[in-house]
Amino acid sequence: MTLNTTSSEDRFAGERLKRTPFYPRLKELNLREAWDEWNGYKFADHFYDTDYEYFCIRNQCGTYDITPMQKHLIEGPDAEAMLNRMVTRDMTKLRVNRVTYLCWCDDGGRMIDDGTIFRLGEEKFMLTCGSPSNAWLAKSAVGFDNVTITDITDDTAAIAFQGPVTCEVLKKMGLEGIENLKRFGIMTFPFEGETMIVSRTGFTGDLGYELWVPAELGLKMWDKLYAAGEDYGIQPVGEGAVNMARLEAGLIMPYLDFSEALKTVHYKHDQSPLMLNIGFTVDFKKPHFNGREALLAEKEKGLDYILTKLDIEGNKVAEEAILYAEEECKTEIGYVTSAMWSPAVKANIALAMVKPEYLEKEIWAEIYFYKELRPYRKMAICTVRDKPFYMPPHASQTPPAIF
Amino acid sequence: MSNYDAIIVGAGHNGLVCATLLAKAGKRVLVLEANASEGGLGASREFHEGFQVPMAHGAASFSSTVLKDLNLAGEGLSFSDALPTVGLSEDGNHVSVVGDSVTGALEADAAAYPAYRAKLKRYAKVLKSIWESTLPRLGAGGLAESLVYAKGALNVRMLGRDDMGEFVRVLTLPMRDLIDEVFEDPKLQGLLSWDGVIGNKMAPRSPNNAVLPLLLRMNGLHDGDHCVPNGGMNALNEALLSAAKKAGVTIRFDAPVAKFIIEGDENGQRATGVELASGEALEASTIVSSADPKTTFMKLVGTRHLDIQFTNRINRLRADGMVAKYHAALSELPKINGLDDLGGRLLIAPTFDAIEFAYDDAKYGEASEHPVMEITFPSLQDPSLAPDGKHVMSVNVMYAPYKEKSGWSDAARSAFLGRVVETLEKYIPGISSLVIAQELLTPADLEAEYHAYGGHWHHGELSLEQALMMRPTYYAAQYNTPIPGVYLCGAGAHPGGGMTGLPGRNAAREILK
Ligand SMILES: Cc1cc2nc3c(=O)[nH]c(=O)nc-3n(C[C@H](O)[C@H](O)[C@H](O)COP(=O)(O)OP(=O)(O)OC[C@H]3O[C@@H](n4cnc5c(N)ncnc54)[C@H](O)[C@@H]3O)c2cc1C
Repeated sequence: MTLNTTSSEDRFAGERLKRTPFYPRLKELNLREAWDEWNGYKFADHFYDTDYEYFCIRNQCGTYDITPMQKHLIEGPDAEAMLNRMVTRDMTKLRVNRVTYLCWCDDGGRMIDDGTIFRLGEEKFMLTCGSPSNAWLAKSAVGFDNVTITDITDDTAAIAFQGPVTCEVLKKMGLEGIENLKRFGIMTFPFEGETMIVSRTGFTGDLGYELWVPAELGLKMWDKLYAAGEDYGIQPVGEGAVNMARLEAGLIMPYLDFSEALKTVHYKHDQSPLMLNIGFTVDFKKPHFNGREALLAEKEKGLDYILTKLDIEGNKVAEEAILYAEEECKTEIGYVTSAMWSPAVKANIALAMVKPEYLEKEIWAEIYFYKELRPYRKMAICTVRDKPFYMPPHASQTPPAIF
Repeated sequence: MSNYDAIIVGAGHNGLVCATLLAKAGKRVLVLEANASEGGLGASREFHEGFQVPMAHGAASFSSTVLKDLNLAGEGLSFSDALPTVGLSEDGNHVSVVGDSVTGALEADAAAYPAYRAKLKRYAKVLKSIWESTLPRLGAGGLAESLVYAKGALNVRMLGRDDMGEFVRVLTLPMRDLIDEVFEDPKLQGLLSWDGVIGNKMAPRSPNNAVLPLLLRMNGLHDGDHCVPNGGMNALNEALLSAAKKAGVTIRFDAPVAKFIIEGDENGQRATGVELASGEALEASTIVSSADPKTTFMKLVGTRHLDIQFTNRINRLRADGMVAKYHAALSELPKINGLDDLGGRLLIAPTFDAIEFAYDDAKYGEASEHPVMEITFPSLQDPSLAPDGKHVMSVNVMYAPYKEKSGWSDAARSAFLGRVVETLEKYIPGISSLVIAQELLTPADLEAEYHAYGGHWHHGELSLEQALMMRPTYYAAQYNTPIPGVYLCGAGAHPGGGMTGLPGRNAAREILK
């Protein structure tokens, strides 16, 4: 008896990571073979060195492949109403060709995910977010007859192009008028017979744009962008560098600063947008949105924790630190969710969940650090910061500075 | 300013009970009914010129508390004594049950019956306070809430330790297990199963929730035995209508409500009125719906006003009806071999398996090959239902799935009608030759004509996950709903369906709190 094995076939085909349209270029550039995974895509943690890539974002420009980010088109006469009930922000206030940051909650007011939404037309939106949301979108559309939802993640090639010289490069690339695009604005350009969408958005706190084209045009866009950016030090950047930049900008990250509400086991292991200090996205003036009642109740009762920006004494990174009300660690008052040494502001920074009643008092971090494999412990006093750690004026300037 | 404090959607019995109690408490109440007359799934129906039938043809479940609260005796309403339930047998050796008496079954079974019945009566009594209360919201820990459970728990404790254990044990048994540990007579087994499964997507072997609905029925007028109002079922509708009018309720028929008007601002949402299909808008700050929960939330409130997980629970409510109704106009009363009195209710459900196998077909979307039935001749209690000397026959037929796999094509419908008539002919030979006119209403028809999703008896399965403080689902199980000003008062609310009047009464008490 012969076993019917088909040796020519890839037995693990379904398990292998998908490749984004930029892969032919990425694989050449990934000197360290430092691959990670995001939503089933092969995705770079870094290409050469995280710190180096971080400085590219802050000093010149870097490209971050956001193809794996989830993208959904929500279209039809009911699109606005359906989204308006799903998300905490008021969608009726979002004008065509504008983008906004937002989040959505379960009925209990716990955050499912955050993302950005693009109003591409009166009845056409693109929602982007970190994790697949098809199931929640389908549930949210129940009862709305005139709305269609399409997952366009695999059909779209997208680059986040971030750094102070990005506008210059895009001008070079031929995107006429791009310098007039304001933050959170959208422009479209004809590209190879199709449309390139450019939004002035990003996840780094710096000047930056996101570029969106049909997947099959991805490589062409890449090559045009790299040709234009050659003299401006254009570099690919990975997850590591973006994570540094976003923390300096005070932006929250799933699986670090928050757990997606539908995925936690313990009901206290997820958070509300109020706890995550993105209350500005929660528009209680709206008569109804999912989780409104629960969020109002939470607001009335007071938050268990609130995400707080901390500037920590010394230079020992407070990763995974527990926070106390005294140096003697008697009263536990919170915990650090993300921490780093910030090159841009030269400070030891962190995002942390802190019990609100302790915000005005002393906050101490219990930090463990290593010297040549030996762990040490130290207590460091923390200062609460209200503003993003890094918020350079050039990020919001229109037109941006010329280089 | 609005002319009304409360608008009640639906003039079924629960809508009328609720309206009357609100009006008696001084509220200005308007009832809007889509159909031309009152009664809903318990309405009187003219299906052939000069011939009428009651939709619900038995009043066994009606609550004596509701009778008292509305003083329906004052409207001249009274009820028959307990009437026999007869399990028909092709050979004329029928089994008959009324009160403690069983005839036509094995002697040992007849002897065991009073004790079995006494036990269930004790349990039905334990639950009385549960049926007649608003059950606390899950997770709510207030004193008033705890008291409701405390009272229920106390009733259970009063049973004594052994009986308490027994109560909890039998509560979730399938009908078959409840019955076959006591009775061996196949005919009696079939008959006793009936009231545990009718109306639900259930057969004697089904787990989930058969005993609770049986005990709810036993909370009625004759401990679960069949009975009808003197003068027929319509006497109940008339009494309810008259009580409502006397209390000052305004009732408008042919007034289908298209949607609730829900307004919102920075203080949230609230109901401010309803809009009729005609476009007419009517104002009131309290809107009480006796329409089923799916219709109420998905259509009348609209999902955009509701939270997403709540909406999906409502959308997933199990509410596909399983019972069809067959009506026949008869030139005369049939003669049934071995049965003189046709005034009770007759069952064609000769064994557990007769019901079970009929159900098996329906599980896969087919109307039963060998349907089982509950038959009455309502013209015996109310001669006005048919011309002189003539009669009507009213039959509940199981199982007829709402989502019949052909979508109730003409062929499926006429084939099923054929099987119904054939079965009747087998048990009541000669009956088809007496039929002057007939109709078969599938659950899809019931939905279209009586506006209850799925044509479901109970406005949604009376199953454990949709019962008690979960009826119809959490956050809508205390008669109020997530929309301030919107309430539920129909069979889809606790304690459930059947002609009990309790959802309407409990809702009124909740609204008046
Ligand atoms: C075929 C059948 C036989 C039955 N037999 C019996 C029986 O013998 N004994 C028994 O106890 N129970 C029986 N039942 C169950 C019982 O009839 C129901 O549970 C009961 O009638 C429910 O009463 P209700 O008032 O809650 O709702 P319904 O009787 O359904 O009344 C609701 C009313 O609201 C109206 N309505 C709905 N939507 C709107 C709208 N948008 N605008 C205006 N009006 C609206 C409807 O037209 C209806 O009149 C039977 C059910 C069926 C389907």
